Amino acid sequence: MVEKTVKAPAIVRLFRDETFRRGVAAILVFLVLWEIGAQFKSWFGVMVPFIGKVAPPSAVVVRWLEVGQWAGYWESWYLSTGRVFLGFVVAQVIGIPFGLAMAVNKYFRGMFFPPFEILRPIPPLAWVPASIIFWPTTELSIMFVTFLGAFYTIVINVLGGARSIDIQYLRAAQSMGASQWDLFRKIILPGTLPSIFIGAAVGMGITWEVVLAGEMISGGGQQGGGGLGFFIWSSYMGGVMDQVIVGMISIGLAGYISSSLIRYVGYLAMPWRRMF
Amino acid sequence: MTSATENMMEVQDVTKSFGDDWEQETVVENLSFSVKRNQLTAIVGPSGCGKSTVVNLLAGFELPDKGKILLDGKPVTGPSKNALVVFQETALMPWLTTYQNVTFGPKLRGDMKAADLKAAAEKIIDTVGLRDFRDKYPLQLSGGMQRRAELARALINQPLVMIMDEPFRGLDAMTRQLMQEFYLRLCEQEARTNVFVTSELEEAIILADRLIILSNRPASVREVMEVDLPRPRNLDMLGTPEAYEYKRHAMEILHEEALKSFKGTSGTSDFLEAYSRRS
Repeated sequence: MVEKTVKAPAIVRLFRDETFRRGVAAILVFLVLWEIGAQFKSWFGVMVPFIGKVAPPSAVVVRWLEVGQWAGYWESWYLSTGRVFLGFVVAQVIGIPFGLAMAVNKYFRGMFFPPFEILRPIPPLAWVPASIIFWPTTELSIMFVTFLGAFYTIVINVLGGARSIDIQYLRAAQSMGASQWDLFRKIILPGTLPSIFIGAAVGMGITWEVVLAGEMISGGGQQGGGGLGFFIWSSYMGGVMDQVIVGMISIGLAGYISSSLIRYVGYLAMPWRRMF
Repeated sequence: MTSATENMMEVQDVTKSFGDDWEQETVVENLSFSVKRNQLTAIVGPSGCGKSTVVNLLAGFELPDKGKILLDGKPVTGPSKNALVVFQETALMPWLTTYQNVTFGPKLRGDMKAADLKAAAEKIIDTVGLRDFRDKYPLQLSGGMQRRAELARALINQPLVMIMDEPFRGLDAMTRQLMQEFYLRLCEQEARTNVFVTSELEEAIILADRLIILSNRPASVREVMEVDLPRPRNLDMLGTPEAYEYKRHAMEILHEEALKSFKGTSGTSDFLEAYSRRS
């Protein structure tokens, strides 16, 4: 028998969810404290640290409403997202096979792991000068640095994930007649999937950090369309602090949205990880 | 039967060492025993004696340095579906449902028609009592269900020998008992050759037709006991005088072997010295 229930609208259901309400409450409390701190500058004669020096959220919101009407601001979103997306995708496309190859072949690992480990600790930003020389356009240079940010994390996660697959799965499959290719396709690949998604989520975060720094250094176009990193930098140079905060929060949101997307894809791709 | 010999498996004078040229440790030495057709042969030994290595050798995951292992008259040269292992803890693929896990082997080899496979899988899943959990993933099953699913996954391949490597380890006492009873019934219903490796003596006695007691490391056969308890068996038989006698005898040997692993180590001499000073 199918029970007939009237479904509440999505927004009502969202507010019934305890986790969601907790998150909203935490953000509200933070905003209220910030507002009070920024408005009064001092509490009981004591200077409020950090937030006493910046614009209150109300001013930021007002500025945001203004900034939101500029095409340049949205262009910055678009540009940064594009760079992150491309750098990230290229890092996945190269990093996953590279990590898997190192995991399954000891000769390949023996050859490529040492150089990889030497290059890995070099911060992506240290690559900026070299990157500018390597690539013909600024756009490609920024993307390259972004790619590096995600690449190492992805490879390390894939390698570690594939290497830690329980040997019993491989043995069980082998007994049942699996060839090397079967082992790779039916055991190693699905067994590494959780690590691939962890690498993707962490890598995505690093990509956002790196792309902004890259943009700050390389600068942008005349109309301020250099991406969110350049948006912050030029706002700071112009002395508009509340606009800097608008930029900062924009990045936070962008990063949050990207990693939520990755988590959601992971949730869809790995039904066996859902416990119910 | 394909072969006239009474033995399904023969382990002949097998030695296996691990390590490199500088440091070698012999884990199995001059091990010889046979596994009779359609019988359950239990292997017990003191902990750390090399039981897992014996399992790996029987299943072809490791090859002997010396001696040979025959399965149905032919030497074991690598893993095959003829000697399947049901592993300690679980080796069900977490990313496959019960049904997908059970059909994993036949699908891989493509040696069953789709319709036959479906029927066979459903029958076996039914036998192990997991019909309602056919489309659940291993993480969504309880420990006992996971073991039963794993039994089903091995059974569908019709192996010549099923090798059970401490299959009920890690289960709580109640579930363990239920699994033992379930496994007893399963073995008694259909003739099948089983090797059951365990560190639980009572479990070995109640299940086994023959009991092989291994020595301390390096493992070799210390004693072979025929367990002549009547079938069908149940766990209550452990209370009978016959079972008790088997247990007492086996316990004595195991105890002796377990003590050996302490002998001659500096730890023991320190301990003995400290003990003598105290009194």
